Amino acid sequence: MTFLTHLINGISLGSIYAIIALGYTMVYGIAKMLNFAHGDVIMIGCYAVFMSMSSLALPPAVSVVLAIVVCTVLGIVIEKVAYKPLRKASPLAVLITAIGVSYLLQNIALLLFGADSKSFQSIVAFPPLKLAGGNLIIPSVTIVTVILCIVIVAALLTFIKKTKAGQAMLAVSEDKEAAQLMGVNVNGTISLTFAIGSGLAAVAGVLLCSAYPTLTPYTGSMPGIKAFTAAVFGGIGSIWGAFVGGILLGVIEILGRAYISSQLSDAIVFAVLILVLLVKPTGIFGKPIHEKV
Amino acid sequence: MAMLEVKDLKVYYGMIQAIKGISFEVNEGEVIALIGANGAGKTTTLQTITGMIAPKSGAILFEGQDITKVPGHKIVAMGMAHVPEGRRVFAELSVFENLKLGAYTRKDKTEVAETLERVYRSFPRLKERKNQSAGTLSGGEQQMLAMGRALMSRPRIILMDEPSMGLSPIFVEEIFHIIQEISASGTTVLLVEQNAKKALSIANRAYVLETGNIVLSGDAKALMNDESIKKAYLGE
Repeated sequence: MTFLTHLINGISLGSIYAIIALGYTMVYGIAKMLNFAHGDVIMIGCYAVFMSMSSLALPPAVSVVLAIVVCTVLGIVIEKVAYKPLRKASPLAVLITAIGVSYLLQNIALLLFGADSKSFQSIVAFPPLKLAGGNLIIPSVTIVTVILCIVIVAALLTFIKKTKAGQAMLAVSEDKEAAQLMGVNVNGTISLTFAIGSGLAAVAGVLLCSAYPTLTPYTGSMPGIKAFTAAVFGGIGSIWGAFVGGILLGVIEILGRAYISSQLSDAIVFAVLILVLLVKPTGIFGKPIHEKV
Repeated sequence: MAMLEVKDLKVYYGMIQAIKGISFEVNEGEVIALIGANGAGKTTTLQTITGMIAPKSGAILFEGQDITKVPGHKIVAMGMAHVPEGRRVFAELSVFENLKLGAYTRKDKTEVAETLERVYRSFPRLKERKNQSAGTLSGGEQQMLAMGRALMSRPRIILMDEPSMGLSPIFVEEIFHIIQEISASGTTVLLVEQNAKKALSIANRAYVLETGNIVLSGDAKALMNDESIKKAYLGE
């Protein structure tokens, strides 16, 4: 039963990683860049919910919507201001800029909210699910997280397969110039991708802080890096890859913490990444990558 | 009035001048060939017309309207399609999805469905392979897909960049036959080709580009008999 509890916790944490990884992977697929500021967008989303609930005393649902709006706008602004001017620059310049944006967001949060940690109030308020005569207790936030992750993945896959905007995304991810010849607004499509990724970051942030309720300006950093790992693990650019990679990573982390060493759990996660990349450099669902990252 | 008019166009890649002030025109219903050696600026010319590259100076008029500064993604909806060099089909997408992207800017679904049927009639192979991903098609089939995809926008003028490049002789024949059919159906054609002989054989008029300048132009049949053209481009 303890194993099952750990497994469920792992899937739950993995679902959060997966939602974050979707943002990394979509942006990579379209813009061929690693948006290292993605994790910090999560943190901004958490503060947006926190401030909205504590200072403005708005209800949780409204606060979450507000956070999604804040992060979506933030994502579009970051792309326009920091990345768009570098569209033709070397990938290294873009990467360094992304790291710069990451530090910028952390320091803005530090200035605005201070370094002390805020205790986040879970937005999921209904009671836990008790199974097997009370031996297996599944917190409500865990259930919400896993269901939300599945819904998001299904919605994204449908969006990409069935809508014009989704097909335009695929076209842009494969060949920007050819997509433009079809009449696709490439810049608009890139903006839309950042918007979706950042909106998802807000959702992930809320779920993360509901499960692990301490909020500091660095809250998004580690989950961001782990979700990036998950995206690479699953095959960067692939939505299925982000989903499977995220879940696996969460399960490995929780099981590693429970059965091997709680101090070494992060090391185990990254060791697994290195192993995967040694055996299959493109990740589980990855296609051969021709561009240099 | 010419359908497409290029006036004193100058294009640079950084410091290097690729197009050195060319002017030419394409009239409605014509097949115009733009011939020249590798690096003469043929592809650059087409890419500048459809907004993939911004010119340094000069003007591009389409049906009397200045399109020099119109963003690239808005060109196709104006009635101008571009079949790029190297085909550039979306390899991961199916043939059907590629064709649908060709009609990306069109809103009327029933009309798009009609155009799709027409494209399938012109390219029966594409219909046979509609659910196959475009990357699995042969070079000739990919060229057909690139042409069909361009036709999906129902263009009044179609720009084609080296459609016969890298194809087997049978496919080359077929592609040129299709270009003639496209022309016969009322679409104006601006054709860039290294295969000057074939291009001149189906064109009304032609322009010869050499290192960014138009050095010769005129009736295609006359150019075919021009001694300098014969030597330089027809290998006779």
